[in-house]
Amino acid sequence: MDSILEMRGITKTFPGVKALDNVSLKVARGEIHALVGENGAGKSTLMKVLSGVYPHGSYDGDILYDGEVQRFRGIADSEAAGIIIIHQELALVPLLSIAENLFLGNEVQRYGTIDWPATYARADDLLRKVGLKDPSSTLVTNIGVGKQQLVEIAKALSKRVKLLILDEPTASLQENDSEKLLDLLLEFKAQGITSILISHKLNEVSRVADSITVLRDGAAVSTLNCQTEIIDEARIIKDMVGRDMAHRYPGRTPDIGETLLEVSGWTAYHPQHPERKVVKGVDLTVRRGEVVGIAGLMGAGRTELAMSLFGRTYGQNISGDVKMNGRPVDVSSVGRVIAAGIAYVTEDRKALGLVLDEPVAKNITLSNLAGVSAHGVIDDNAERQVALEFRDRLNIRTPSVFQKVGNLSGGNQQKVVLSKWLFAGPQVLILDEPTRGIDVGAKFEIYTIINQLAAEGKGVVMISSEMPELLGMCDRIYVMNEGAFVGELPAAEASQEKIMSMIVRGNQGGHQA
Amino acid sequence: MTTLSSDIAEDEKTRTSVGDYLKHHIRDYGMLVALVVIMAFFQFQTDGVLLKPLNLTNLILQNSYIIIMALGMLLVIVCGHIDLSVGSVVAFIGALAAVMMVSYDLPVVVTVPVCLLAGALIGAAQGYWIAYWRIPSFVVTLAGMLVFRGLTLALLEGQSLGPFPKSFQAFSSGFIPDPFGLDFRLLSLLLGVAVGAGMLVFGLRARAKQAHFSHVEEPIGFFLAKNGIIAAAIIYITYLLATYNGLPNVLITLAVLIAGYSFFTTRSVPGRRIYAIGGNEKAAKLSGIKTERLTFLTFANMGMLAALAGLIFAARLNTATPKAGVAFELDVIAAVFIGGASMSGGVGKIMGAVIGAFIMGVMNNGMSIMGVGIDWQQVIKGLVLLAAVIFDVYNKSKGES
Repeated sequence: MDSILEMRGITKTFPGVKALDNVSLKVARGEIHALVGENGAGKSTLMKVLSGVYPHGSYDGDILYDGEVQRFRGIADSEAAGIIIIHQELALVPLLSIAENLFLGNEVQRYGTIDWPATYARADDLLRKVGLKDPSSTLVTNIGVGKQQLVEIAKALSKRVKLLILDEPTASLQENDSEKLLDLLLEFKAQGITSILISHKLNEVSRVADSITVLRDGAAVSTLNCQTEIIDEARIIKDMVGRDMAHRYPGRTPDIGETLLEVSGWTAYHPQHPERKVVKGVDLTVRRGEVVGIAGLMGAGRTELAMSLFGRTYGQNISGDVKMNGRPVDVSSVGRVIAAGIAYVTEDRKALGLVLDEPVAKNITLSNLAGVSAHGVIDDNAERQVALEFRDRLNIRTPSVFQKVGNLSGGNQQKVVLSKWLFAGPQVLILDEPTRGIDVGAKFEIYTIINQLAAEGKGVVMISSEMPELLGMCDRIYVMNEGAFVGELPAAEASQEKIMSMIVRGNQGGHQA
Repeated sequence: MTTLSSDIAEDEKTRTSVGDYLKHHIRDYGMLVALVVIMAFFQFQTDGVLLKPLNLTNLILQNSYIIIMALGMLLVIVCGHIDLSVGSVVAFIGALAAVMMVSYDLPVVVTVPVCLLAGALIGAAQGYWIAYWRIPSFVVTLAGMLVFRGLTLALLEGQSLGPFPKSFQAFSSGFIPDPFGLDFRLLSLLLGVAVGAGMLVFGLRARAKQAHFSHVEEPIGFFLAKNGIIAAAIIYITYLLATYNGLPNVLITLAVLIAGYSFFTTRSVPGRRIYAIGGNEKAAKLSGIKTERLTFLTFANMGMLAALAGLIFAARLNTATPKAGVAFELDVIAAVFIGGASMSGGVGKIMGAVIGAFIMGVMNNGMSIMGVGIDWQQVIKGLVLLAAVIFDVYNKSKGES
């Protein structure tokens, strides 16, 4: 079989992490090749290696494309070779027209000036090919996400694409838009364009893919040929999650008390698109001493749920009831929700959790300055004492509590964020991806802290995309998909396969009973 | 937790040497050293005119309004914003004061509070759009710059208005009284000695308290030398001033404001929160800080300080003119940046801004005495501003690598 692309033994390491370990991928000419795997399995990294985002020399292994070994130094090189990648976050300029976006960096020129009639004519031509009927002079901001996706594809076509890579193209699309997009891929296939489709939605994958490569923990686990055998979703799921518990979790005997936090009918709408419901009537309870997990894929609405609960820091038109210890509480501002005893540790500690230019001590006291001050005057010594206490308790490794927090490692930064919220004295902590981007040793320490908190009688909500982590840590797991809870499992009954199949069934529109 | 206690023991054992300490704090002291060098340079170049009591008094009077505004501007810039309107507000408040006192014969005790309130309202009006509507401060205050310059012209009908009552002039040109009745203003010197000694005593007490809780980073030798030199400088300057008319009223106002705002920025809860907003507004908000309200108040405060500067400036000229305060905003902003504040917010010190203002002031004064033309003065000031910021950025990048 004639293959257009062969990636051989690709290994890519980041400081402390092996993101790709000897991955090989073979894509036949003219096929649709699906790439599936959990979050963090290495799909995007592999595609960044292929497209030259990580230039030749920064990884080990060879890329054979069109029968030749390629040494891409950047996206410009790979695009010149006809490899076009369309990222999950669309790279369009919202306030330029469709036509301007299509030819951005590649303008249709005549005597060094832009030839507008030719630009629009060629743009309209490209739009026809992708089945978009809007005039090419429309501003990108005025068309929906589905159409924007099509514009991206039209842009790829304008660059004479031979290998089209789509990273989660349907993640933010409605059902019928997704259908159209997949049909378009099949049409391209008929025209001889090869595609690589990265997707979580296995029903879509099985509909269009000719072969499927499953990545797990930075390695290619299997390549399945859909033409020679019938592949069912259970098989793919098994390959996606089928690893043994690589990490160890500290043991804990749950001592679960009465209900602490009770959320009912929680609903929130998208901040910019008021018609889009992002959180759909979620009911959630957390008991004293309980660690509750929320599983789901990226974009399931978990962070949106947490932030809309936390002082309405996400979304609009938020409705629903929140009770703490059986009494209704006001969560309409961050100050009030903290006072009610709820803390939220963000998934993005650098952008939302820390003031990186300020020292450890000042970050720790930020959400509870009243705790180290009298009559509005901060007591430096009290602040230092608090910081030293947390340094010892959470084992924050820093030369001094006056060290800039930006200079610490990810794991220690995370401990500073945790300290900040522990100092605010909450009863319920919502931890959003508490171990993202930190090394294995620090993960274990964070798990230990979480167990301690539960042992102290606090309620912990843990949002995580790493399913083994949820299985290893939680007493109960909610499964979230497309803004709603699609299932709830006690830890004893939960397994990665069960969670994944709940999510996948959710994607097909079916709800579990 | 044996490793931890040994960590702390480690901390205590390592006595920081003066050299190491200076290397780590070069950003803190670099500008102070620069100010001293610049002063020494001009003292030499002007054959000692710079530090003559008369000139020193003038130096303080000439720069007082810039320093006062630099205090407010520091907060604005730390908060992550900018205020371009302060020069126009200076003119507008001067005009308002003149109309009230000269045209309507209202007493000083009424005029001054009304003017300060008017300044605060002007700042609040601009802060409202910036904080609650998220209109960029550059745009809002650029609009304010035009509006209040225009209103000044309207209020004064294009003419200068003066003179002011004597009691109002004393705001900026008066000196503190001296009860001893000597040729030499003894009280002024005594005040200087008291402030110098007080600084040392408070410094030592804070240090002792700090040592009680944990390891003190600053070497004792360095601490004594630094505070000793600063105290000596204060006493020497007050001595020089005492040989002329004594301490100007403005200097007392300045000292109180500088002390107050230093305290506010380093010790108070709202002060700390302003730094957090400038450092990472989203994180501050998610920590329960009312970011909008603090931003709003920061601008109201800036407006009030601009009004105070406007009153002092008008009192010093003894007339309100439509051209008052032109380009003051640039001097003020330059002073804050020379003093080490960061354009992106979250970083900056009150003492830095004051030193920055003095650097600009001493250069203005020194170059004028030397007879350097206004053309080259601007060129040199511009280059100094650039150099100071480059020095800062360079130090920062070196610290990170």
